[in-house]
Amino acid sequence: MSVVTLTIDGKLVSARAGDTILTAAREAGIDIPTLCYVDGLSAHGGCRICLVEIAGSPRLQPACFMKVGEGMEVQTDTERLRGYRRTIVELLFAEGNHVCSVCVANGGCELQDMAITVGMDHDRFDYIHPKREVDLSHERFGIDHNRCILCTRCIRACDELEGAHTWDMAGRGSHSKVITDLNEPWGESQTCTSCGKCFMACPTGSIFQKGDTVAETDHPRAKLEFLVNAREKKQWNV
Amino acid sequence: MELTDLLDIAAKERQARLPHTIRCCTAAGCLSAGSGAVLDRLRGAVHDEGLTERVGVAAVGCLRLCCQGPLVRVDSPVASGGGEGAGITEELYQRVTPDDAGSIVAGFKGGTVTANKGDLKSPFFQLQASVILENSGRVEPERIETYIAAEGYQSLHRVLRNFTPAEVVEEMTRSGLRGRGGAAYPTGVKWATVAKNPGEKKYVVCNADEGDPGAFMNRSVLESDPHRVLEGMAIAGYAIGANQGYIYVRGEYPLAVQRLHTAIAQAGRLGLLGSHIFSSPFDFRIDLRTGAGAFVCGEETALMASIMGQRGTPTPRPPYPAEHGLWGMPTLLNNVETYANVPTILRRGADWFASIGTEKSKGTKVFCLTGKVVNTGLVEVPLGTPLRKIVHDIGGGAPEGGTIKAVQTGGPSGGCIPAELFDTPVEYDSLAKLGSIMGSGGMIVLDDKNNMVDVARYFMQFCMDESCGKCVPCRAGTVQLHRLLTRILEGRAGAEDVQQLEALCDVVKHTSLCGLGQAAPNPTLSTLRFFRHEYEALLKPGSPAQRMGLPLVSASQPR
Amino acid sequence: MERLRLATLWLGGCSGCHMSFLDLDEWLIELAQLADIVYSPLIDVKVFPANVDVTLVEGAVANEDHFQLIQVVRANSRVLVSFGDCAVTGNVTAMRNSLGGALPILERSYLELADVHKQIPNDTSVVPRLLDRVLPVHRVVPVDFFLPGCPPPAARIRTVLENIVQGKPPHLEGRDLKFG
Repeated sequence: MSVVTLTIDGKLVSARAGDTILTAAREAGIDIPTLCYVDGLSAHGGCRICLVEIAGSPRLQPACFMKVGEGMEVQTDTERLRGYRRTIVELLFAEGNHVCSVCVANGGCELQDMAITVGMDHDRFDYIHPKREVDLSHERFGIDHNRCILCTRCIRACDELEGAHTWDMAGRGSHSKVITDLNEPWGESQTCTSCGKCFMACPTGSIFQKGDTVAETDHPRAKLEFLVNAREKKQWNV
Repeated sequence: MELTDLLDIAAKERQARLPHTIRCCTAAGCLSAGSGAVLDRLRGAVHDEGLTERVGVAAVGCLRLCCQGPLVRVDSPVASGGGEGAGITEELYQRVTPDDAGSIVAGFKGGTVTANKGDLKSPFFQLQASVILENSGRVEPERIETYIAAEGYQSLHRVLRNFTPAEVVEEMTRSGLRGRGGAAYPTGVKWATVAKNPGEKKYVVCNADEGDPGAFMNRSVLESDPHRVLEGMAIAGYAIGANQGYIYVRGEYPLAVQRLHTAIAQAGRLGLLGSHIFSSPFDFRIDLRTGAGAFVCGEETALMASIMGQRGTPTPRPPYPAEHGLWGMPTLLNNVETYANVPTILRRGADWFASIGTEKSKGTKVFCLTGKVVNTGLVEVPLGTPLRKIVHDIGGGAPEGGTIKAVQTGGPSGGCIPAELFDTPVEYDSLAKLGSIMGSGGMIVLDDKNNMVDVARYFMQFCMDESCGKCVPCRAGTVQLHRLLTRILEGRAGAEDVQQLEALCDVVKHTSLCGLGQAAPNPTLSTLRFFRHEYEALLKPGSPAQRMGLPLVSASQPR
Repeated sequence: MERLRLATLWLGGCSGCHMSFLDLDEWLIELAQLADIVYSPLIDVKVFPANVDVTLVEGAVANEDHFQLIQVVRANSRVLVSFGDCAVTGNVTAMRNSLGGALPILERSYLELADVHKQIPNDTSVVPRLLDRVLPVHRVVPVDFFLPGCPPPAARIRTVLENIVQGKPPHLEGRDLKFG
C-alpha cells in the first residue's frame, strides 16, 4: 500500500493512496461536516456539505468522493466554504417541512445539528411548505416525507447492507421522493425485511420507529457501524 | 466488403441518377409543416406525368431555411449533357403545398410553376459553409447508397488500411477540433487519453441527447445524414481500441431514432459495421439507447448511468469517463457534431480543417438560429464569424417593427450577448469572456419586446424543472432562484432581493454537482451583467410588507 | 444610565416563549432595575408606544392584525428580535401552509369537523382575517436579531437581553442556536 502526503488545513497528513480526503481528514482529527455520507456505505456526493477547496483546482470537490493526491493542499474550513455550507443548510430547511419542535428526532437529528454547526440563526429563503405524505403502513416504522432531505442513506443502507433494495428514488428535482418497491405503501412491500437499517441510517426524523414521541428517536447508528465493521474488517465486538 | 465494392455501389448510384432531381426536405421541421404530403404528391405527379425516366424525387434531409418549410430543391442540367456537378441549375421552392408540388412537376413539361421561389443567392445561403452539413439536403438519409456515392465510408476504409490508431489520434489532434457538445474539450486529447487508458473493453458513446431549448443541430444531422455519425464513431472506435459504440439519442426525436435504426441496419448489412470491417481485424458495433426525457442525461456521467440501465443522475468527476466510464471501462464520449466532423477531417486532412476558423477554434459550427429574426433555421459558419454576420446578414435581422436587443447562446447554460457586442467573433473563448458559452449551438435572438428578467426566469424554470434532484444546491437552489426572479418580475422585490439573487447564483454555480446546476445561474448572471437596468426598473422601495400590500388574504375568505 | 424601554409582542404563537421569559425568575428583578416593560401581553397597555428600544416578537405573522401591528412595532422599535421558533421560522404556526391556503384550513376546522353551528367565523371586528400563508417575521419586516428555540430556554433569553442591555449585539453560538 502506497502512502501519500498532503496538507489539510495547513496540517501535514499522511494517507493511504486511494483514500478519500474525508477519510484522511478524519483520521488526522480534522472534522469535515457531512450529511449524506455514512461510513461503510458508498459515497453519494449529493449534499455538498463536505465540499473542500483544493489548491490549483478551480472547482470545489466533495471530500467524500475526491481521492487524496501527493502534495495536495486542501482547505476544509474557509470563510467561503462556511458561507456555502450555511446556504445549503438553509436551502434544505426551506425546501421541506422541518419543524424541529414537533419532530421525533428533535435533539437527535443531524440536520438540526448541522444548522448549529453552520451557525444558522434563521433561514433567508422562502419556506416552500410543500405538500408531502406520511406513510404509516409499515407495522414497525413510518416515513414522513416532510422531513426527508433526499440524502439516499436509506436507499444505500437497504441496498448495500441488507441487500434488499426496497428503497429507491422516484421523480426528479424538487419532486424527488424516496419510495418503497415500485412506489407502493411500505407496509405492502414484498422486498422489505423490516430490518430497520433504513431507520438507523436516516439522519432526520423522516424514517422513524412507531411509538416514538417527540424528541424520543435515537437512531441506533452504532448498529450500522457494527454491521459495517463485521462485514469489512471481520470485527464482531459489540 | 472491399473498397472496390464500395466504389461499385457509389458508381451504380451515380449512374442511376436521372437528369433532374427534385429534393424534398423530410427532416422533422419540414415534415411537421407538411412535407410528407408534398413528397407523396411529387412522386405521384412524376409518375402520372410519365416523367419517371427524367425526373427523380429524393427524400433528403435539412435544407436549412426551416422557417420557410416545406422546402423543395430542383436540380436540373443547364443545357444538354454537362458533366458531374458542372452545369447544374438549382431552384429552391419554399412553403410548398401539395398543390404547388404538382405544379413543380408540371413545370418540367412547360407548365406554370405556382410554388414560391426561394432565393439561393441570398446571404442566408451564400454566407454559409458546408462541412458538417455538406451532405445535408443532398443525400437521402434512409438510403446508404447515396451516402456512399458522396464518398461515404471511404474515410473509414482509408483509416483501417493506412493509419495506425495512434496516427488517427494524431490527425484529430492536429485538426484542432474541439468538442461540439458545449464543453469544447480538445477532441484529439480526449481520444488520446481514452486510447492510452488500460481496459479490457472500451466504449465509444455518441451524445445525441440534445436538450437545450431552441437547439436542433444534432437532430438535423441525425435526420439528414446519419451515416456520417456512424462512420465517425467507427473511426473513433478504431483509434481508441473500442469495438462497441452506443448512440444515446433523446426519445423526443423519433425520426432520428428511426433513421439511425435504418442506417445501422444498412451499414451492418453491407459489412460497414460489424465484424472484420473491410476485411480488417477491426470489429465495431453500434447500438441505440433512447432517453426518456431527462435533460440531465445529456451530462456525461448521467448519460452513462442511463445507458447502463440506472437512474440518470450524475456522479462527481473525477473519475472521468475516459478512465472509468461505462461498466467501469475507458469510454469516449463525444457529441453528434463532433463525430460528424471526423470523416471529413480524415478525407480532407487535418491541415485543411485547421485552416478554417480561428486560432483556438477550428472548423465550422452549426447553429440553430431562432427567435426574433427573419430567417430561422440551420446555419453553418466557420468559427470566428462575428455574431452580427450571423444575426443580421444570414439571419436577415429583426422582423418588421422590432429592434434586436441581444442573442442568447448556449441555452440554459449560456448567456445573453447584447447587440452592442455583436462584433464579437463566435468562438469558444470570446463568448466565455462575455459570460456566455457557445454551447451546442442554440442561438435565440431577442428583441426589445423581450424583458430580460423574464428571459432569465424562463431559463431558470427550465433548469429547475430539469434538475435531477441529486444535489441540494441545484435541486433547492434553482427553486429559490426562480422564486426570486418571479418576485422581481412581479414587482414585489427590493434591492436586497437582487443581492440575494446574486449571492445564491454564486452558491449554485460553485457547489452544484454537475454542469447543469453549475451553469444554471449563467443566464441570470449574464442578464444581470448586461441588462441590470431592466432588473432595477422592476424593484420597489420599502419593507417586504409594504411591497406585499395585503394580497395575502385569501380572496374567497368571508369578510 | 437611561432605563431601557423593552417591549414584548405576541403574534401567532402559543405564548410558550413568554412562559420561558417568565422562567427567568429572579433575574427578572435584575432586569426590572434596568428596563421598563412598556408593552407586553404581561402588562395592560393597549397601544404599542413610540420610542421602544428593544422588542421581542413571539410568534409568526398569521393574520391581518399581526401584519399591521408588526409594521407599527418595527417602525417604533430600535431593535427587533425574532423571539422563538415561530417568529424565526414559522414553526408550528406555519404548518398549515403545506395544507393549502387559509380557506381549506377554515373549512376543515369550522365546517367539516364541527359538530354543531357549522360556520366560518366572519365578524372581522372580533376575529381578524387569516393571511393565506403564515410568514416568519423577517419575511414581513427587517429583523435585527434571531433568538431560536421552541421555546428558547430562559438562559438563552438572558444571554440575548444581557448583551442588549450592555449595548452589545447579541451573539448566540453552539447549542444556543438549536431550533426546537
